[in-house]
Amino acid sequence: MDGFTLISGLLGGMMIGVAATLMLLLNGRISGISGIVGGLVSPGARKGGEAAPRVAFVAGLVLGPLGYAAAVGGLPVGIEASLPVLVIAGLLVGFGTRLGSGCTSGHGVCGIARLSPRSIVATAVFMGVAALTVFVSRHLV
Amino acid sequence: MTKTIVALFSGALFGLGLAVSGMMDPRKVIGFLDVAGDWDPTLAFVMGGALLVTLPAFRLILRRPRPIFADGFALPTKNALDRRLIGGAALFGVGWGLSGFCPGPAVAALATGLTPVLAFVASMLAGMAVYAWFFDLPRPQGAVGFRERLLGRPVER
Repeated sequence: MDGFTLISGLLGGMMIGVAATLMLLLNGRISGISGIVGGLVSPGARKGGEAAPRVAFVAGLVLGPLGYAAAVGGLPVGIEASLPVLVIAGLLVGFGTRLGSGCTSGHGVCGIARLSPRSIVATAVFMGVAALTVFVSRHLV
Repeated sequence: MTKTIVALFSGALFGLGLAVSGMMDPRKVIGFLDVAGDWDPTLAFVMGGALLVTLPAFRLILRRPRPIFADGFALPTKNALDRRLIGGAALFGVGWGLSGFCPGPAVAALATGLTPVLAFVASMLAGMAVYAWFFDLPRPQGAVGFRERLLGRPVER
Protein backbone atom coordinates (compact mmCIF):
# COMPACT_ATOMS: atom_id res chain seq x y z
CA MET A 1 0.00 0.00 0.00
CA ASP A 2 1.36 3.42 -0.94
CA GLY A 3 0.10 6.85 -1.95
CA PHE A 4 -0.36 5.75 -5.54
CA THR A 5 -2.96 3.09 -4.71
CA LEU A 6 -5.00 5.76 -2.89
CA ILE A 7 -4.96 8.00 -5.97
CA SER A 8 -5.83 5.12 -8.32
CA GLY A 9 -8.51 4.11 -5.82
CA LEU A 10 -10.01 7.59 -5.91
CA LEU A 11 -9.78 7.70 -9.71
CA GLY A 12 -11.31 4.23 -10.14
CA GLY A 13 -14.03 5.15 -7.65
CA MET A 14 -14.88 8.25 -9.67
CA MET A 15 -15.16 6.12 -12.82
CA ILE A 16 -17.60 3.86 -10.95
CA GLY A 17 -19.51 6.98 -9.90
CA VAL A 18 -19.71 8.26 -13.50
CA ALA A 19 -20.92 4.83 -14.69
CA ALA A 20 -23.67 4.81 -12.04
CA THR A 21 -24.57 8.40 -12.96
CA LEU A 22 -24.94 7.52 -16.65
CA MET A 23 -27.19 4.56 -15.80
CA LEU A 24 -29.48 6.78 -13.73
CA LEU A 25 -29.52 9.78 -16.08
CA LEU A 26 -29.98 7.80 -19.30
CA ASN A 27 -31.77 4.57 -18.31
CA GLY A 28 -33.30 5.64 -15.00
CA ARG A 29 -31.73 2.64 -13.28
CA ILE A 30 -29.72 2.07 -10.11
CA SER A 31 -26.37 0.36 -10.76
CA GLY A 32 -26.69 -2.39 -8.21
CA ILE A 33 -24.71 -5.39 -9.37
CA SER A 34 -26.53 -7.91 -7.16
CA GLY A 35 -29.88 -6.63 -8.47
CA ILE A 36 -28.75 -6.67 -12.11
CA VAL A 37 -27.22 -10.15 -11.87
CA GLY A 38 -29.94 -11.46 -9.55
CA GLY A 39 -32.62 -10.40 -12.03
CA LEU A 40 -31.03 -12.75 -14.56
CA VAL A 41 -31.53 -15.80 -12.33
CA SER A 42 -34.95 -14.81 -10.99
CA PRO A 43 -37.84 -15.82 -13.24
CA GLY A 44 -40.38 -14.12 -10.94
CA ALA A 45 -38.62 -10.75 -10.80
CA ARG A 46 -38.13 -10.37 -14.53
CA LYS A 47 -40.17 -7.53 -15.94
CA GLY A 48 -40.84 -7.32 -19.68
CA GLY A 49 -37.93 -6.42 -21.94
CA GLU A 50 -35.37 -5.81 -19.21
CA ALA A 51 -33.11 -8.79 -19.84
CA ALA A 52 -31.02 -7.26 -22.66
CA PRO A 53 -29.69 -4.23 -20.71
CA ARG A 54 -28.91 -6.51 -17.74
CA VAL A 55 -26.91 -8.89 -19.93
CA ALA A 56 -25.19 -5.93 -21.63
CA PHE A 57 -24.18 -4.38 -18.28
CA VAL A 58 -22.75 -7.69 -17.06
CA ALA A 59 -20.89 -8.16 -20.38
CA GLY A 60 -19.44 -4.65 -20.02
CA LEU A 61 -18.42 -5.39 -16.44
CA VAL A 62 -16.18 -8.21 -17.75
CA LEU A 63 -15.07 -6.42 -20.94
CA GLY A 64 -13.85 -3.31 -19.06
CA PRO A 65 -11.28 -5.22 -16.98
CA LEU A 66 -10.33 -7.30 -20.06
CA GLY A 67 -9.46 -4.06 -21.87
CA TYR A 68 -7.55 -2.85 -18.81
CA ALA A 69 -5.61 -6.13 -18.64
CA ALA A 70 -4.75 -5.87 -22.34
CA ALA A 71 -3.52 -2.29 -21.83
CA VAL A 72 -1.43 -2.76 -18.69
CA GLY A 73 -0.56 -6.44 -19.09
CA GLY A 74 -2.49 -8.27 -16.39
CA LEU A 75 -5.02 -7.99 -13.60
CA PRO A 76 -3.89 -8.31 -9.99
CA VAL A 77 -6.40 -10.74 -8.49
CA GLY A 78 -4.99 -12.69 -5.59
CA ILE A 79 -7.33 -15.18 -3.98
CA GLU A 80 -6.26 -16.54 -0.62
CA ALA A 81 -9.49 -18.33 0.37
CA SER A 82 -9.71 -22.08 -0.33
CA LEU A 83 -12.22 -23.47 -2.80
CA PRO A 84 -14.71 -24.74 -0.18
CA VAL A 85 -14.60 -21.37 1.61
CA LEU A 86 -15.18 -19.58 -1.71
CA VAL A 87 -18.21 -21.77 -2.44
CA ILE A 88 -19.75 -21.09 0.99
CA ALA A 89 -18.92 -17.37 0.71
CA GLY A 90 -20.48 -17.25 -2.77
CA LEU A 91 -23.74 -18.74 -1.50
CA LEU A 92 -23.84 -16.26 1.40
CA VAL A 93 -23.05 -13.29 -0.87
CA GLY A 94 -25.66 -14.36 -3.45
CA PHE A 95 -28.46 -15.12 -1.00
CA GLY A 96 -27.60 -12.29 1.41
CA THR A 97 -27.42 -9.52 -1.19
CA ARG A 98 -30.81 -10.53 -2.60
CA LEU A 99 -32.42 -10.82 0.83
CA GLY A 100 -30.91 -7.48 1.86
CA SER A 101 -31.85 -5.86 -1.49
CA GLY A 102 -28.34 -4.83 -2.46
CA CYS A 103 -24.58 -4.93 -2.18
CA THR A 104 -21.61 -2.56 -2.15
CA SER A 105 -22.72 -0.88 -5.37
CA GLY A 106 -26.50 -0.69 -4.93
CA HIS A 107 -26.49 0.24 -1.23
CA GLY A 108 -22.93 1.51 -0.81
CA VAL A 109 -22.59 3.76 -3.85
CA CYS A 110 -26.10 4.43 -5.22
CA GLY A 111 -28.23 4.14 -2.06
CA ILE A 112 -25.99 6.34 0.07
CA ALA A 113 -25.97 8.88 -2.78
CA ARG A 114 -29.79 8.98 -2.51
CA LEU A 115 -29.39 9.30 1.29
CA SER A 116 -31.58 6.20 1.68
CA PRO A 117 -31.79 5.18 5.37
CA ARG A 118 -32.08 1.50 4.32
CA SER A 119 -28.87 1.73 2.30
CA ILE A 120 -26.97 3.56 5.02
CA VAL A 121 -27.98 0.93 7.59
CA ALA A 122 -27.30 -2.00 5.20
CA THR A 123 -23.83 -0.63 4.34
CA ALA A 124 -22.98 -0.19 8.02
CA VAL A 125 -24.17 -3.75 8.76
CA PHE A 126 -22.34 -5.53 5.91
CA MET A 127 -19.13 -3.58 6.48
CA GLY A 128 -19.24 -4.19 10.23
CA VAL A 129 -20.01 -7.89 9.85
CA ALA A 130 -17.34 -8.30 7.13
CA ALA A 131 -14.72 -6.61 9.33
CA LEU A 132 -15.75 -8.85 12.23
CA THR A 133 -15.53 -11.93 9.97
CA VAL A 134 -12.02 -10.96 8.86
CA PHE A 135 -11.02 -10.31 12.47
CA VAL A 136 -12.26 -13.74 13.58
CA SER A 137 -10.81 -15.63 10.60
CA ARG A 138 -7.43 -13.85 10.64
CA HIS A 139 -6.71 -13.15 14.28
CA LEU A 140 -8.74 -15.63 16.32
CA VAL A 141 -8.99 -18.88 14.32
CA MET B 1 -31.61 -1.00 -28.05
CA THR B 2 -30.39 2.40 -26.84
CA LYS B 3 -30.78 1.29 -23.22
CA THR B 4 -28.75 -1.85 -23.99
CA ILE B 5 -25.89 0.21 -25.47
CA VAL B 6 -25.96 2.55 -22.45
CA ALA B 7 -25.85 -0.48 -20.13
CA LEU B 8 -22.92 -2.02 -22.04
CA PHE B 9 -20.95 1.24 -21.91
CA SER B 10 -21.77 1.90 -18.23
CA GLY B 11 -20.92 -1.68 -17.33
CA ALA B 12 -17.57 -1.40 -19.09
CA LEU B 13 -16.77 1.90 -17.36
CA PHE B 14 -17.84 0.40 -14.01
CA GLY B 15 -15.60 -2.62 -14.62
CA LEU B 16 -12.70 -0.42 -15.69
CA GLY B 17 -13.16 1.60 -12.50
CA LEU B 18 -13.02 -1.60 -10.43
CA ALA B 19 -9.82 -2.64 -12.20
CA VAL B 20 -8.15 0.79 -11.87
CA SER B 21 -9.12 1.08 -8.20
CA GLY B 22 -7.61 -2.31 -7.34
CA MET B 23 -10.92 -3.51 -5.86
CA MET B 24 -10.97 -6.63 -8.05
CA ASP B 25 -8.18 -7.93 -5.85
CA PRO B 26 -9.66 -9.63 -2.75
CA ARG B 27 -6.36 -9.00 -0.92
CA LYS B 28 -6.96 -5.23 -1.16
CA VAL B 29 -10.55 -5.61 0.07
CA ILE B 30 -9.57 -7.84 2.99
CA GLY B 31 -6.73 -5.39 3.70
CA PHE B 32 -9.41 -2.73 4.25
CA LEU B 33 -11.68 -4.98 6.31
CA ASP B 34 -8.76 -6.13 8.50
CA VAL B 35 -8.83 -3.16 10.86
CA ALA B 36 -6.68 -4.99 13.42
CA GLY B 37 -3.99 -5.82 10.85
CA ASP B 38 -1.92 -3.75 8.40
CA TRP B 39 -4.92 -1.56 7.46
CA ASP B 40 -5.26 -0.55 3.81
CA PRO B 41 -7.62 2.44 3.42
CA THR B 42 -7.94 2.15 -0.41
CA LEU B 43 -11.55 0.90 -0.35
CA ALA B 44 -12.65 4.02 1.53
CA PHE B 45 -11.06 6.15 -1.20
CA VAL B 46 -12.86 4.13 -3.90
CA MET B 47 -16.26 4.57 -2.22
CA GLY B 48 -15.41 8.19 -1.50
CA GLY B 49 -14.47 8.79 -5.14
CA ALA B 50 -17.71 7.21 -6.34
CA LEU B 51 -19.82 9.18 -3.85
CA LEU B 52 -18.00 12.39 -4.80
CA VAL B 53 -19.66 11.93 -8.19
CA THR B 54 -22.97 10.24 -7.32
CA LEU B 55 -23.98 12.39 -4.31
CA PRO B 56 -24.29 15.64 -6.28
CA ALA B 57 -25.16 13.98 -9.62
CA PHE B 58 -28.05 11.85 -8.28
CA ARG B 59 -29.49 14.89 -6.52
CA LEU B 60 -29.55 16.84 -9.80
CA ILE B 61 -30.77 13.93 -11.93
CA LEU B 62 -33.65 13.02 -9.62
CA ARG B 63 -35.03 16.55 -10.01
CA ARG B 64 -35.79 15.68 -13.63
CA PRO B 65 -39.27 14.38 -14.43
CA ARG B 66 -37.79 11.33 -16.17
CA PRO B 67 -34.51 9.85 -17.41
CA ILE B 68 -33.43 10.47 -21.01
CA PHE B 69 -34.08 7.05 -22.57
CA ALA B 70 -36.75 5.58 -20.26
CA ASP B 71 -40.28 6.54 -19.24
CA GLY B 72 -39.48 6.83 -15.55
CA PHE B 73 -36.91 6.23 -12.82
CA ALA B 74 -36.89 2.67 -11.45
CA LEU B 75 -36.00 3.38 -7.82
CA PRO B 76 -36.29 1.15 -4.75
CA THR B 77 -39.64 1.70 -3.05
CA LYS B 78 -39.10 -0.03 0.30
CA ASN B 79 -38.25 2.13 3.27
CA ALA B 80 -38.61 -0.16 6.30
CA LEU B 81 -35.50 -1.13 8.25
CA ASP B 82 -36.71 -4.72 8.54
CA ARG B 83 -35.23 -8.09 9.45
CA ARG B 84 -34.69 -9.03 5.81
CA LEU B 85 -32.54 -5.95 5.18
CA ILE B 86 -30.43 -6.42 8.29
CA GLY B 87 -30.25 -10.23 8.03
CA GLY B 88 -29.40 -10.12 4.32
CA ALA B 89 -26.71 -7.49 4.85
CA ALA B 90 -25.24 -9.57 7.70
CA LEU B 91 -25.13 -12.78 5.62
CA PHE B 92 -23.54 -10.83 2.78
CA GLY B 93 -21.00 -9.40 5.22
CA VAL B 94 -19.91 -12.88 6.34
CA GLY B 95 -19.45 -14.01 2.72
CA TRP B 96 -17.64 -10.80 1.81
CA GLY B 97 -15.28 -11.11 4.77
CA LEU B 98 -14.54 -14.80 4.07
CA SER B 99 -13.72 -14.27 0.39
CA GLY B 100 -12.94 -10.59 -0.18
CA PHE B 101 -15.42 -10.67 -3.07
CA CYS B 102 -18.64 -8.71 -3.40
CA PRO B 103 -20.80 -9.15 -6.52
CA GLY B 104 -19.31 -6.43 -8.79
CA PRO B 105 -15.62 -7.29 -8.41
CA ALA B 106 -16.41 -11.02 -8.54
CA VAL B 107 -18.20 -10.72 -11.89
CA ALA B 108 -15.49 -8.34 -13.17
CA ALA B 109 -12.80 -10.84 -12.08
CA LEU B 110 -14.30 -13.40 -14.49
CA ALA B 111 -12.02 -11.54 -16.93
CA THR B 112 -9.09 -13.40 -15.36
CA GLY B 113 -10.62 -16.80 -16.17
CA LEU B 114 -9.34 -18.12 -12.83
CA THR B 115 -11.09 -21.26 -11.55
CA PRO B 116 -11.66 -19.92 -7.99
CA VAL B 117 -13.43 -16.87 -9.47
CA LEU B 118 -15.64 -19.12 -11.60
CA ALA B 119 -16.45 -21.21 -8.52
CA PHE B 120 -17.32 -18.12 -6.45
CA VAL B 121 -19.54 -16.61 -9.16
CA ALA B 122 -21.32 -19.94 -9.86
CA SER B 123 -21.95 -20.30 -6.14
CA MET B 124 -23.17 -16.70 -5.88
CA LEU B 125 -25.61 -17.27 -8.76
CA ALA B 126 -26.85 -20.40 -6.98
CA GLY B 127 -27.40 -18.36 -3.80
CA MET B 128 -29.37 -15.78 -5.79
CA ALA B 129 -31.41 -18.53 -7.46
CA VAL B 130 -32.23 -20.03 -4.06
CA TYR B 131 -33.46 -16.60 -2.94
CA ALA B 132 -35.54 -16.24 -6.10
CA TRP B 133 -37.02 -19.69 -5.59
CA PHE B 134 -38.14 -18.82 -2.07
CA PHE B 135 -39.18 -15.21 -2.45
CA ASP B 136 -39.68 -14.21 -6.09
CA LEU B 137 -41.75 -17.08 -7.52
CA PRO B 138 -45.47 -16.43 -7.63
CA ARG B 139 -47.14 -18.03 -4.60
CA PRO B 140 -49.33 -21.05 -5.25
CA GLN B 141 -53.05 -20.38 -4.71
CA GLY B 142 -53.77 -19.90 -1.02
CA ALA B 143 -50.22 -20.76 0.05
CA VAL B 144 -48.45 -18.54 2.55
CA GLY B 145 -45.85 -20.30 4.61
CA PHE B 146 -42.43 -21.81 4.24
CA ARG B 147 -43.70 -25.40 3.89
CA GLU B 148 -46.11 -24.42 1.14
CA ARG B 149 -43.31 -22.62 -0.65
CA LEU B 150 -41.11 -25.67 -0.27
CA LEU B 151 -43.76 -28.12 -1.51
CA GLY B 152 -45.29 -25.79 -4.09
CA ARG B 153 -48.82 -26.66 -2.93
CA PRO B 154 -51.10 -25.84 0.00
CA VAL B 155 -50.56 -27.88 3.16
CA GLU B 156 -53.38 -29.42 5.21
CA ARG B 157 -53.47 -28.08 8.76
